[in-house]
Amino acid sequence: MAETGPTTLGDLAFEVRSKNAGPFWVTMELFMRDARGYAVAADESFLDERTVARLYGVEESSIQMFRIPSLNVVKISFPRPVSQGSLHDRDIHSGQQHVPLALLPVPTD
Amino acid sequence: MHNRPDDSIRVLAPTGMLGAGFPEATIDRGLELGADVISVDGGSTDSGPYYLGASQPKTTRAAVARDLRILLRAAARADIPLIVGSCGTSGTDSGVDWVAGITAGILAEEGLDLRVARIYSEQQAGALKERLESGHIHPLPPLGDLQPGTLESCTHIVGMMGHEPIVAALEAGARVVLAGRATDTAVAAAYPLMKGMPTGPTWHASKIVECGGQCTSNPRSGGVLATIDAGGFTIEPLDPDAACTPILVAAHMLYETANPFRMREPDGTLDVQDATYTALDDRTVRVEGSRFHVADQHTVKLEGARITGYETMSFSAVRDPHILARIEEWADLLRLMTGRRVEQTLGLGADEYAFDVRLYGYDAVLQSREPAQGPPREVGVMLLVNAPDQETATAVAKVANPLMLHLPTADMNHLPSLAFATSPAEVERGPAYEFVLNHVVDSITPTDMFRIEIEESVHHG
Repeated sequence: MAETGPTTLGDLAFEVRSKNAGPFWVTMELFMRDARGYAVAADESFLDERTVARLYGVEESSIQMFRIPSLNVVKISFPRPVSQGSLHDRDIHSGQQHVPLALLPVPTD
Repeated sequence: MHNRPDDSIRVLAPTGMLGAGFPEATIDRGLELGADVISVDGGSTDSGPYYLGASQPKTTRAAVARDLRILLRAAARADIPLIVGSCGTSGTDSGVDWVAGITAGILAEEGLDLRVARIYSEQQAGALKERLESGHIHPLPPLGDLQPGTLESCTHIVGMMGHEPIVAALEAGARVVLAGRATDTAVAAAYPLMKGMPTGPTWHASKIVECGGQCTSNPRSGGVLATIDAGGFTIEPLDPDAACTPILVAAHMLYETANPFRMREPDGTLDVQDATYTALDDRTVRVEGSRFHVADQHTVKLEGARITGYETMSFSAVRDPHILARIEEWADLLRLMTGRRVEQTLGLGADEYAFDVRLYGYDAVLQSREPAQGPPREVGVMLLVNAPDQETATAVAKVANPLMLHLPTADMNHLPSLAFATSPAEVERGPAYEFVLNHVVDSITPTDMFRIEIEESVHHG
């Protein structure tokens, strides 16, 4: 996704997306290109509930993560930080919330 | 309905939402493939609380009528039922009546004679309060216990029906079922379950087809056909040029679900942890191993929305590079000055109204989570005001208007003129809503919260 600079999760993915899962949850998925990319995204020492909590300013204990090797997918769900459609909700469908995740630089080895 | 058991049931899912459109040829194709039922979702909460709170459809009448006309003709021609769920976007009673009115007009124009059932799902706060007091309403995360006042504050409350009321309408002889709020899956699951298909494959197939062609290689080319049988289900796109692949079908369980393996329905939980996805050819997928665990207690999920206030919006824009280089400082000053001027002129304290200043083109969407840096080329400045009444919201926006036109940064010694997008600048948005219910009711029976009305056909006499 980034034109220059460090390699990001988005660079290793076919698609990174986010969406409401009902009015009270947001969910996002990393569709990684291959098993190598999946291994990076699924590595708990790199991407875990704590990382997501910091990235999105949400409570660590409220985050659900699903690692699905058969699809090379990592899925992350947490309660919507802002009530849907309220005065301070700037993304009604939560459709742009994946961007900080996609732009996360992956560890260099 | 005491026919011999069917070997399989074919569900035609034309589109993810009634009114979103589909190529007419895909419906012909579905009938050629032997569709036994047409199921289509008419709603969603995805676009926010307004549609339930105000009981207004998101789709326009002409788009709904276009899709309905094609589907009603097809259902009549093939002599198969047509089921529409969550009518009118939110599934309120007036949403059901709105779709029923469109349907009646089309049936008359086309000279079709199909018995129509309406299933109403709107709930009264009073009856729900009794269920709450007897301990039969429970919160779903992240919400907590329900307060009786919350029920009373809602402008509309709907219960999400499972397949049971739809089956009851079909068994009573309906050929067209217009359901109020229903789970997306119940709309597709009702007919196969009525025909004795197994629960695991039926609910799984219903989840996969609920967004029409979303699980295909070309979601814009039309919907899908799911064939459910005793051992599982197969799925294929209605467009011969599109394909379903094991990855696409498996990945659809991820879409708009918090948990991709388990999904609660009123009657129990779909469990796809051990499901297998196999390509039968280059465009058809076979799914087996899906399970459904019937719950000890049947539950109906509630959705409710209430008014948070009245809103007025104003939109200006900045192109001056000097301000853009200090846009956060400028926005902070705008917020400060707006608060001061509102107090001076309207005598309102900060707790008597609320507003949001959004810098589109800078960080409006992601705010503190915005990773990009550097000055933007231009910035759209949206002011959104929320107040207890419309007049106050607009008054606040009008007080802010000269600031959104002429506010300089602290180091400027002249007044800039910024770029308002419209005249007048203020747009009254009317009441604003929020969702307040995410709770389930222990059902007394799976159908008792829903009211089924079946029209007597004029032609049947």
